[in-house]
Amino acid sequence: MSMTIAEPITTTGPTASEPSPVSVRDMTVAYQRQPVLWNVDYAARPGTLVAIVGPNGAGKSTLIKALLELVPRASGDIEFFGQLYRNVRQRVAYVPQRTSVDWDFPVTAWDVVTMGLYGRLGWLRPVTRAARRQSLEALEQVGLAEYAQRQISQLSGGQQQRVFLARALVQNADLYLMDEPFAGVDAATERTIVGLLRTLREAGKTALVVHHDLQSVREYFTDVLLLNARIIAAGPVAEVFTDENLRRTYRGTLPLLDQIGHQMTLAGQSR
Amino acid sequence: MTDLLRLLTLQDYNTRIVLTGTALLGIASGVVGTLMLLRRRALIGDVASHAALPGVGVAYLVMERFQPGSGKWYPGLILGAACSAVAGLVVSQMLRRIRRIKEDAALALTLSLFFGLGVALFTMIQGLPSGQAAGLSEFVFGKPAAIVASDVQLLAVACFVVLLICGVCHKEFALLCFDQEYALAGGWPVGALDLLLTALVVGVTVLAMQSVGLLLVVALLVLPPTSARFWTDRLGPMQFVAAACGGVTAALGVLLSAAFPHLATGAVIVLMGTLGFVVSLLFGTRRGVVWRLRDQWRLQRRIGLDDLLRGIYELLESNLVVNDDLTAWPVDVAALERTRHWSQGRFPKLLQRARYEGLLRSDAHGQWRLTAAGRREALLAVRRHRLWELYLIHFADIAPTSVDRSADAIEHWLQPDLLEQLETLLLERHPQLAVPVNPHEALSEGVR
Repeated sequence: MSMTIAEPITTTGPTASEPSPVSVRDMTVAYQRQPVLWNVDYAARPGTLVAIVGPNGAGKSTLIKALLELVPRASGDIEFFGQLYRNVRQRVAYVPQRTSVDWDFPVTAWDVVTMGLYGRLGWLRPVTRAARRQSLEALEQVGLAEYAQRQISQLSGGQQQRVFLARALVQNADLYLMDEPFAGVDAATERTIVGLLRTLREAGKTALVVHHDLQSVREYFTDVLLLNARIIAAGPVAEVFTDENLRRTYRGTLPLLDQIGHQMTLAGQSR
Repeated sequence: MTDLLRLLTLQDYNTRIVLTGTALLGIASGVVGTLMLLRRRALIGDVASHAALPGVGVAYLVMERFQPGSGKWYPGLILGAACSAVAGLVVSQMLRRIRRIKEDAALALTLSLFFGLGVALFTMIQGLPSGQAAGLSEFVFGKPAAIVASDVQLLAVACFVVLLICGVCHKEFALLCFDQEYALAGGWPVGALDLLLTALVVGVTVLAMQSVGLLLVVALLVLPPTSARFWTDRLGPMQFVAAACGGVTAALGVLLSAAFPHLATGAVIVLMGTLGFVVSLLFGTRRGVVWRLRDQWRLQRRIGLDDLLRGIYELLESNLVVNDDLTAWPVDVAALERTRHWSQGRFPKLLQRARYEGLLRSDAHGQWRLTAAGRREALLAVRRHRLWELYLIHFADIAPTSVDRSADAIEHWLQPDLLEQLETLLLERHPQLAVPVNPHEALSEGVR
């Protein structure tokens, strides 16, 4: 019964007054010698699929991690749905890079997906049967129901990626932050992910996806965010994904910013 | 003999006490050790145990100072050990903050620093008039015989608390150990959970110092979970197996050292744990070495038999025109041996094996023939090989001259469903064939 209270059915679509799923003002991230983000100003439009595109070391993953407060930021404000992240965690789902965990860990695919519901279950509560059932449904959605009982190292790379997606899906969030879900996956997985992204969009949800393959941006995404330490351009694919903007993105980091960043690091060390 | 029997049937009250206490510790350390290992914090356990040593000395001195003769009050010593273990971990964390010092260096530094401090304190206490009888060194190597009933009560309560925490926080710990970043993003207090886990490790360490000794307690934390991983692929069962393993090895160690009193108990427990580990490593149902070797060996043999039967088929193939019953023709063994390069001594063994499996038969004149079963297997092997060759030629653009070897490498892995796919794929080109013709010949005829 409490389910219906927790999830009111909204019949209205995205409106102009709706707050952005995620907005950043003047965010700067400088951590050790890794990629640095400068003065990032961005607000995602509700109900869009956004590709985060940029060269290696442009800070794409850092951007996502900074949004989720996984890396400290030097300055800047972040809002999710007009609120602080800690108040709306359940509405945000994170899909980390596949290589970020040890796949030899003694859990099954089903167990991993169930972890997506731990937040909603809350502290010290045991995993309920309903949670197990929902997790299996999410696995079905990514076409892995028959692999539910497999230990996760016995899955292919693409299947592992789909397990991570299922873990995010089961959260039933409104915003999805995905770090390179297409990296090194097979064709079947790529189709599954693209299908899922479309389904999410039809349900009025938003997704920010770190993406490497420039060829497929037009086909898979509605919006694009071109990033190279700072935001080069952001907006609908048709307007922003131009040759000129791409050239500016891939021209390499600005040497001056690089130098200042290096000096900041040195100064931090000597202290 | 009667002594041993008395011992093994646990008629001796003292043995029962010691056994219960130590087995409880084994169980708790199996459960906590599993989490510690999966969180990749095994070295933290090592540091905690070594760093606990000076705490024991200081606690003894303090208690002697205030009430002479009370220096060996067990709970007091445990408290001292715990404080000093925590201090050691804090120091290692502080050292890590200095960017130049890597984690392993920080841990090794703290470990030796605290242990040295402890040894110095102990030698000093030995020199004191009251310290002669102290025998604090039993905490270094363990002496479970010193466990008394009140200690077991303390151990039981402590182990119950440890197990309760692990049970209640099961899903939180699982999340922490598997995917720390995801846990952080979900708002879980990763730092606090890590602290709790470290507290559990320190708790088990100081509780175990009496029976296995501080030097060896890390083995009790590490060995049971490592063994358990070879039997199960899930966290809950792994903790259960590790607990059972820890409990049993600890109990066995106590019994053995009671039977042979000159053996140090802690060392015997660790040796029992190692025995359990070796058995698991070899025979564990999940990636045990013995089963892996057996599977590899079977695969090699199957490949060998496939090659042998295919060789026979190809030798006899020209006879098919005269008589389509392959089992009627004798096999020219010498020619067969020349068809491919067999490793030293392998060919006769394969012949024998094929006969044993009823694929070949040999008569009184030393002539070899295929049996009905052998013919069936040979046809299958040839079909797999040729379908795959055709596939490579038509779809993968591999030159017909080099296709034989590529097919050799893969064909043994073709499962029935894949074979079917291949067949439908190739049916248009070679519709009439149950066993496709040799593509080498078919192609050379086409060229002609």
